[in-house]
Amino acid sequence: MTTALEKTTAAKDRPVPGTPLLEVRDLHVEFKTRDGVAKAVNGVNYSVAAGETLAVLGESGSGKSVTAQTIMGILDMPPGRITSGEILFRGQDMLKMSGEERRKIRGRKIAMIFQDALSSLNPVLSVGYQLGEMFRVHQGLSKKEAKAKAIELMDRVRIPAAAQRVNDYPHQFSGGMRQRIMIAMALALEPDLIIADEPTTALDVTVQAQVMDLLAELQAEYHMGLILITHDLGVVADVADKIAVMYAGRIVETAPVHDLYANPAHPYTEGLLRSIPRLDQKGEELYAIKGLPPNLYKVPAGCAFNPRCDAATDLCRTESPALHQVTDRDGAELAGRKSACHFWKETLHG
Amino acid sequence: MAEPILEVRDLVKHYPLTQGILFKKQVGAVKAVDGISFTLHKGETLGIVGESGCGKSTLAKVLMNLERATAGQVLYKGEDISRLSGAALKAVRRNIQMVFQDPYTSLNPRMTVGDIIGEPFEIHPEVAPKGDRRKAVQDLLDVVGLNPEYINRYPHQFSGGQRQRIGIARGLALKPEVIICDEPVSALDVSVQAQVINLLEKLQQDFELSYMFIAHDLSIVRHISDRVGVMYLGKMVEIGTDLEIYDHATHPYTQALLSAVPVPDPSDREKRERIILSGDIPSPANPPSGCRFRTRCWKAQERCSTELPLLAVPELLAGGAKHESACHFAAERETAAAA
Repeated sequence: MTTALEKTTAAKDRPVPGTPLLEVRDLHVEFKTRDGVAKAVNGVNYSVAAGETLAVLGESGSGKSVTAQTIMGILDMPPGRITSGEILFRGQDMLKMSGEERRKIRGRKIAMIFQDALSSLNPVLSVGYQLGEMFRVHQGLSKKEAKAKAIELMDRVRIPAAAQRVNDYPHQFSGGMRQRIMIAMALALEPDLIIADEPTTALDVTVQAQVMDLLAELQAEYHMGLILITHDLGVVADVADKIAVMYAGRIVETAPVHDLYANPAHPYTEGLLRSIPRLDQKGEELYAIKGLPPNLYKVPAGCAFNPRCDAATDLCRTESPALHQVTDRDGAELAGRKSACHFWKETLHG
Repeated sequence: MAEPILEVRDLVKHYPLTQGILFKKQVGAVKAVDGISFTLHKGETLGIVGESGCGKSTLAKVLMNLERATAGQVLYKGEDISRLSGAALKAVRRNIQMVFQDPYTSLNPRMTVGDIIGEPFEIHPEVAPKGDRRKAVQDLLDVVGLNPEYINRYPHQFSGGQRQRIGIARGLALKPEVIICDEPVSALDVSVQAQVINLLEKLQQDFELSYMFIAHDLSIVRHISDRVGVMYLGKMVEIGTDLEIYDHATHPYTQALLSAVPVPDPSDREKRERIILSGDIPSPANPPSGCRFRTRCWKAQERCSTELPLLAVPELLAGGAKHESACHFAAERETAAAA
C-alpha cells in the first residue's frame, strides 16, 4: 500500500467500480469551548464505494461538515477532539497514521471541494499558480510543466479560453467559474474519492445545474467515489445513489435514494420530505417540523429528535435508539436501509 | 380583482460609474433596474424570482425609498411616492415595511428584542402611545409565535428561525399594508423554513397584508404567491399567475430557470429534460443590446440583437397564453412528455 502511494501516477491504480473505498466507523468528535463541550459527531457510520455517490443530508449543526473535515484530516484540534472511532480508507485506519502518511493521501487520494470558492482560493495568487501547486508539491514538476498541466485541467472543467485565463486572479472569475477551478484543483491528482461540502449552495440555479452536471460527468469518467454534503433535498434526489441523513451528530437513516424518497423509515426524514411545498398543497398550510434544531451543548436524552417528534414515547425520551436494520413486512432485510428510530416499523409500514 | 395598492411604472435605477478624483465624470452606469412596470393588488402576494444580479433586491430598496429611483414612478394608492421626502415620505413609509434576508445582521446585537420591535414606535408615536408600548411589543411577540416574556432578551439568545420572527414582528409593528420580504427564509434551515412560511401566510390573512415576496427558491415562491414575476438583468421578462408561469411559461429564460431547479423526487430523474444554459449572466454595466437574454438563449436570432422585446401578451400563440412575456419568439416549451 505504501509503495503504491509513493507512486505519483494514480492512473495505474484506479479502483474498480463497486470496491469499497472509505468506511467511517462509530466516529465521535467533540469541541471543547468556553461554554462547555459540544458533541458535534456522536457515532457516525457510513461507507462509500468507487463510482458511488453518497449524499450526506443534514441541517446546520448536524455534524455533516465536521465528519468531512475529520476524514480529510483538516479538523482544528484543539478545540476539536476525536474521542473514538475509525476511518478506514481502503482498509487502513487513517486516524492511526502519521502526519506524513496522511499527507500522502490528502489531495492525492482524497480531495475536497468547499462551499465558498472565493474564500477558499488565495486572492493574491493567480489561479494557474494555485492549480499548478498541486503538481509542483506532489509530483515535483517544474513551474512551466505545472502551468501546462493547469491549463489542461481548466480545459477539462470547461473554462473557456483556459490558456488566456491561466494567469488571472480569482476575483476576475464569476462564482460558477471559481467553483469550476475548485473542482479542477480537487481533480488535479485524479483522486479516488472526492468530498464536496455544499459545492453549489453559493451558486444560482442555472449555474448550479452546470456544475452538478460537470461533477457527475467527471465522476463517471474516473470512477471516483463522491461524498456530497448538502441540505438541499432537490440536489440529493438528482445525483445521489444512497443517502445518509444526519441529525444532532448521528446518522438517523441510511437508504438507497429511491427508497428514501418513496418511503422514509425515520420521522425526521419523513418530516423533511413532508415540509417541501408540493403542487397539490397550494394555499394550504405547509407541514412543519415543530420546535428547533437541538443545542449541541445539551443534546436531548434518549433520541435527540424526541422533542420535535409527533410519535415520541417515554422510551424515546430515555433510551437512545440503535441504528436498526430495516426489513420489509415479511421480515426480509432491505439492502442498505437502516433507521435509528425505536419505531421504524411503524414509520415505514404504518 | 382587488384594487391596486402599489403600481410601479417604468422604474429605473442606475448606479453611476465614475472616473477621476477631482473632476468626476460619469463613464457609465450599472443598470440594476432598467424599466420595470407591475402592479401589486390589495391582499395578494407577488413573487419576484431571478438569479443574483438581476436587480430584485435593488427593486425592493427603491420601492422602500431606501434608494432614489433614477426615473419612473412608484404609485402607492395612486400617489407617486418615489419623489417624496421629509414628513410626507415618513407618513407613507409607515404603510410599506420590509423583512430582510439575514436575521443575523439585520438585528442590532446590542438592543433587546423589546427595543428592536418597539423602535418603529419611536418614529411613529401615533401608532402606540408611550405607556402602551411594552404591551404592544408583547402582543407582537405573541402574534409571531414567540413567548412575550422574551422581551428583555438579546438577539444572540435566539435561533435563526426565531430571529426571523423578530424581524417579522418589527415589520408588523406599524400595522403596514404592504410588506416587502427580501429572501425571508433563505438563511433558515429546511425544517424551520416551513414554520416561517406558514406564519407569513397566517399574518397575511389576519391583517389583510399585501406581500412582495422576493426569493430564489422557486418552489417556495410558487407555494406562497398569487402572481409571479421573473427578472433577468434589470428587466421583467415574464409575469403572470403562478399557474401561467410554472406550467405555461413562454419566455426561454423562465423555462431554463424552471428546468434547472432540482426536483426533490428521484423517481423520474432520468426522464427530465434539462435546459442547461451556457455561460454566465452578463454584467449589468454593459448589458447586451436588444434582448438581454440573447447571449445565453438557444432561440436567439438577428432580430434579438437589434430590437428590445417588450413585456406584452404574445399574439397568435398556439397555447393561447394570456400573460405577459418579453420575448420575440415566446412559446410554450414542448416537452417530450407532452409530445
